Amino acid sequence: MNEFSKPIPVADADSATYWEGCREGRLLIQRCSECETLRFPPNRICAACHSDKVKWVEASGKGRVYSWIVVNHPVPREVYGDDVPYAVALIELEEGVRMVSNVIGCDPHAIAADMSVEVVFESGGEGVVLPKFQPMAG
Amino acid sequence: MFRLRDKYAIAGVGETAYSKDSGTTVLNLAVEACLKAANDAGVDVKDVDGIVSYNFGDSAPAMAVATALGIPDVGYAVDFAGGGNAANLITLSAAAAMEAGLARNVLCFRAMNGRSGFRLGGGRQMQARGITQHTAPYGWITYPQAMAMWARRHMIEYGTSAEHLGQIAITFRDNAALNERAMQRTPITMDDYMASRFIVEPFRMLDICLESDGACAVLMTDAERARDMAKPPVYLMGGAYGGGPNQGEDLFDAIRWPDHSKNYAAFIADDLWASAGVGPKDIDVAEIYDCFTYSVIMQLEGLGFIKPGDGGPYCASGAIARDGALPVNTHGGLLSEAYIHGFNHVLEAVRQLRGEAGPGQVAGAEVALTTAGAMTCGSAMVLRN
Repeated sequence: MNEFSKPIPVADADSATYWEGCREGRLLIQRCSECETLRFPPNRICAACHSDKVKWVEASGKGRVYSWIVVNHPVPREVYGDDVPYAVALIELEEGVRMVSNVIGCDPHAIAADMSVEVVFESGGEGVVLPKFQPMAG
Repeated sequence: MFRLRDKYAIAGVGETAYSKDSGTTVLNLAVEACLKAANDAGVDVKDVDGIVSYNFGDSAPAMAVATALGIPDVGYAVDFAGGGNAANLITLSAAAAMEAGLARNVLCFRAMNGRSGFRLGGGRQMQARGITQHTAPYGWITYPQAMAMWARRHMIEYGTSAEHLGQIAITFRDNAALNERAMQRTPITMDDYMASRFIVEPFRMLDICLESDGACAVLMTDAERARDMAKPPVYLMGGAYGGGPNQGEDLFDAIRWPDHSKNYAAFIADDLWASAGVGPKDIDVAEIYDCFTYSVIMQLEGLGFIKPGDGGPYCASGAIARDGALPVNTHGGLLSEAYIHGFNHVLEAVRQLRGEAGPGQVAGAEVALTTAGAMTCGSAMVLRN
């Protein structure tokens, strides 16, 4: 298996700043400049007030596991066969927004609801850096 | 709100055999099911003037089916891009089109080579553009993986257990055992369920629907014409489609959904029941979208049959069995009859209301519910005889 056979995120006009932040080891999320609503995934206008004025704020990188799955059956096998079992989680950042990522650095079966996690940045191939989460130290 | 109560009806149903390998094209499957539906209603297919379907790019377009059937004058032809969530949207839209005068006799169908051709459950394109740039790079790619996240959240919130899910699979298999069309008819036990291997936790193999080749169709017309056709009409009382805000950018995207322990059903319940003029206690038989076991629980809760959190114990209690308080998926469902993307539920509801359901018939069934969808959006309708 080579990691470059995995899907590699393609940055677009809305997400370029986010992925650039990941490359710098910073987890950036958008905050509406008008109504202050935080949002993820990044996009152009605020769904709450429709303003296109936005600032990027650096999240603490700390959050909790809102829900998670453990993938046992790899699809496709030639890409994920060496990775199973692996965990995918909906992570709720302490700022409030949620994102999808992997929980790494522990047995996938040790993951529990509301487990505290923190971001760690890993190569995603082709120069892309992915935010992943590991159990909070201590 | 849908406000065409009892004005339109299903007059005919038709389906192909369900299999792992149809050995023919999706177009041929669609044509076979549509012809049978017209014949069942006693309508010359050349008098059909509307045709509507839904697909993921894996079916024959409505226009191609109309051409193959030799329909001379098509006034309404639509292909909805969507998943099973659209299964009851196409029938509602057929009624709306007839009300608007666009058509008089409308065929609604779903056709797929879901096992031998394009396998919906097997994966998505390995691209990470748009919304999938935030999901696919983490190996979150297939529908079982998507929905396992919802099932887990229900477990976290309410203590829903593997046994609860298992009993749903067992119940539907028992129903399928009586159904000659069903692809899986061998009864299963809780031991079988527990021993079935994990695909993506918390789902075992037996939590996940079948993959099927086949097609289903219904012929719809207005209530008055339906009364003069070959079979007794099954009236469309009411229906609804939706899922509230934050449905995301595609069927997979649930990042912004606020509470994954409840799905679309909670958002359409009020419109559904108000449009039909009945409530959960009036339903004699329910054909509930069961792409995965957990979705039955969330829909029964969301539509108000039971309160949130009680769905697991309710389903495990025998209440959803053929002789229970609410017979569910009397044909075996997507889990055991076939996965025709939820449209086979509509055909089973019609059979039940006509008294044509054979050994699986629920005695005295007069009002039926069909639902479609498992995550952020879906549709449902209430039918009566």
